[in-house]
Amino acid sequence: MSDVQVSQPQGNPLKGRLGPRKIVIDPVTRVEGHGKVTIKLNEAGEVEQARFHIVEFRGFERFICGRMYWEVPVIVQRLCGICPVSHHLGAGKAMDVIAGVDQLTPTAEKMRRLMHYGQVLQSNALNFFHLASPDLLLGFEAPVAQRNIIGVIEAFPQVGKWAIFIRKYGQQVIAATGGRRIHPRLCIPGGVNQNLTVENRDALRKDIDQIINWCCEALELHKSFVHSHETLHETFASFPSSYMSLVGADGGMDLYDGTLRAIDADGESIFEGVRPVDYRDYLTEEVRSWSYMKFPHIRSLGREDGWYRVGPLAQLNCCAFIGTPIAEIARKEFMALGHGGLVHATLAYHWARLICMIHCAETIKKLLFDDDLQGTDLVASGQRRSEGVAIIEAPRGTLLHHYAVDHNDQVTSANLIVSTTNNNEAMNRSVTKVAIDYLAGHEITEGLLNHIEVAIRAYDPCLSCATHALGQMPLVVTLEDAEGSVIATRIKE
Amino acid sequence: MVAASFKFNIDGIEVEATEGQSVIEACDEAGIYIPRLCHHPELPPSGNCRVCTCKINGRHSAACVTPAAHGMVIENDTPQLTSDRRAVIEMLFVEGNHPCPYCVASGDCELQALGYRLGMVAPTQPYQWPERKIDATHPDIYLDHDRCILCSRCIRASRMEDGKTVFGFEGRGIAMRLNVDAQGGLGETQMAAIDKAASVCPVACIVIKRHNYQVPNGSRRFDKTPIGSDIEAKRTRRQS
Ligand code: SF4
Ligand code: SF4
Ligand code: FES
Repeated sequence: MSDVQVSQPQGNPLKGRLGPRKIVIDPVTRVEGHGKVTIKLNEAGEVEQARFHIVEFRGFERFICGRMYWEVPVIVQRLCGICPVSHHLGAGKAMDVIAGVDQLTPTAEKMRRLMHYGQVLQSNALNFFHLASPDLLLGFEAPVAQRNIIGVIEAFPQVGKWAIFIRKYGQQVIAATGGRRIHPRLCIPGGVNQNLTVENRDALRKDIDQIINWCCEALELHKSFVHSHETLHETFASFPSSYMSLVGADGGMDLYDGTLRAIDADGESIFEGVRPVDYRDYLTEEVRSWSYMKFPHIRSLGREDGWYRVGPLAQLNCCAFIGTPIAEIARKEFMALGHGGLVHATLAYHWARLICMIHCAETIKKLLFDDDLQGTDLVASGQRRSEGVAIIEAPRGTLLHHYAVDHNDQVTSANLIVSTTNNNEAMNRSVTKVAIDYLAGHEITEGLLNHIEVAIRAYDPCLSCATHALGQMPLVVTLEDAEGSVIATRIKE
Repeated sequence: MVAASFKFNIDGIEVEATEGQSVIEACDEAGIYIPRLCHHPELPPSGNCRVCTCKINGRHSAACVTPAAHGMVIENDTPQLTSDRRAVIEMLFVEGNHPCPYCVASGDCELQALGYRLGMVAPTQPYQWPERKIDATHPDIYLDHDRCILCSRCIRASRMEDGKTVFGFEGRGIAMRLNVDAQGGLGETQMAAIDKAASVCPVACIVIKRHNYQVPNGSRRFDKTPIGSDIEAKRTRRQS
């Protein structure tokens, strides 16, 4: 922890002690940049507001300008080490639009879907088993030395097996569709560069039932945690909110394609059937000085009220049904948590994530028995366009890619709204809620840090892959007064 | 009249050559691979990359421009020459911008393949990060100057095969760069996608538009066999 920036005391420290204070929590990441939590106290020493800062890698949009448009799906996954496959597919879909292709061949569409469902499966498995399960299964207060995947495996050996094999299976799907596990190549504008070989299909078919079973067993284990911690599960870092996700034309869950649906906290529609190309009519982005991230919000509701949540919880809340049988049963049971309304519990992200995993595994199975995947009609063509927008439901939620391309085929502008950005405001609110509930006095306890970690992890923000490996998230906590003077600092390796 | 044939020795192997052949041509025919970059079998040699440098009768000489001669004794596959070649390749990498992992030529690129064959792990020389722009003015072809290694294949192909003068070099030494014979870029030249010059580039500098990434990982030219394997296969076939 040598690269931590701790705010320097300024102004009169005595004066500060009497006025509003600020607690800064600084999780430093190695790869994606670094994040920081600031908790601001009011004059009375109560929590006023909390912010979760992420330094997002924003150089991409500039870097990509001038490159040829067909390079983008391959370049984008290199520059963003977070969810390369989702970016590959997101940019790939945007380039279909540029190439004038609105309808892929069945083989191309299904190859992309297969890859996507493999990616969502493995990424959600990583979040749930490696990062979240130590908190959930061992308890938020378990000693840090134990609260990691190794500790979980000791207590629940089956979780280790699920963690390894479900993830590995998802990666195998990615390799079978894109040539390799990491940074695969499948998308070319208007289609794909390969079909699924019979050998790969047969190898994947062999294990898929086992994977579906394990996902279901994991859900059962998670439910037993929820049932023994009902109040905690319902209230921890929770609040009602709006939600947004893609849904299919029939209103069912569709993680690869569809139109945007947003609903308010009561489940009432805010907008429906919004095509990616029209996103700017419904969503707008605000830049705030204290964060490098953008704050997207729903235009009609304005800055204050227009924020929403994305990701597995939103995917579940927004869809009318799930088109695969086991996941649909699980969805109905899950929605019952909301007693007729939506489910707003922040920890329910994990339950929702497990249902998405089941849906992915079931969808993969369906695709593996679809002969279209061995088809040879891989690419469609159309009339070139100068702009392309595409949306995909990445493991962490709605991901948008928007590009403009000139007559020489070079990219002239790019705009990305990544899942974590969509959840910006929601993460701030969750951290605020935790601070209100768990901050006692001005001492930055380990318990507070742990709870903040757990709240942030529910959203699986991008920086989690780098810093949360084995459940470790380095934190620096600084207590500041009204003028930014440091009162206390606490570091958690 | 049939050209006279004679023999020379390379790394202890007898090679038969005919009058008028260069060392690299005779070795290619015999199934012995000498690493190269600027040499192209269908173009006149230029000798400007020096990757093919061998020790010929005790002196360092470029095999692509040295005529084969009777009784020559040549060292090719030695640790020292491999290391020298690796150094040349490294310089080419750092003088341009070569992000292989997302490059359109990856798996199909002679520079990259040679890097692998010669055991280049990561360049030890400092990166130059030159600032160069893509010339995408042509409807079917683009020039990604970041990747150009100044091998001159395109210049030779354009002049000798296409009967045009689309390409040329400007500047000298480290400042040398590829140029086209029109102010407004490639789109204003006589270049056509079917020209020889459009198909000889060893890297991803001259690229046909909209045909990229179509070959999946694992099926590209150098995914399965290292560069030079096609030449070496001739010798293996002959021996068996
Ligand atoms: S041209 Fe070759 S060496 Fe350069 S980036 Fe592309 S693949 Fe790599
Ligand atoms: S464009 Fe290609 S063929 Fe021409 S000099 Fe550069 S590297 Fe060689
Ligand atoms: S190949 Fe002989 S000098 Fe380039």
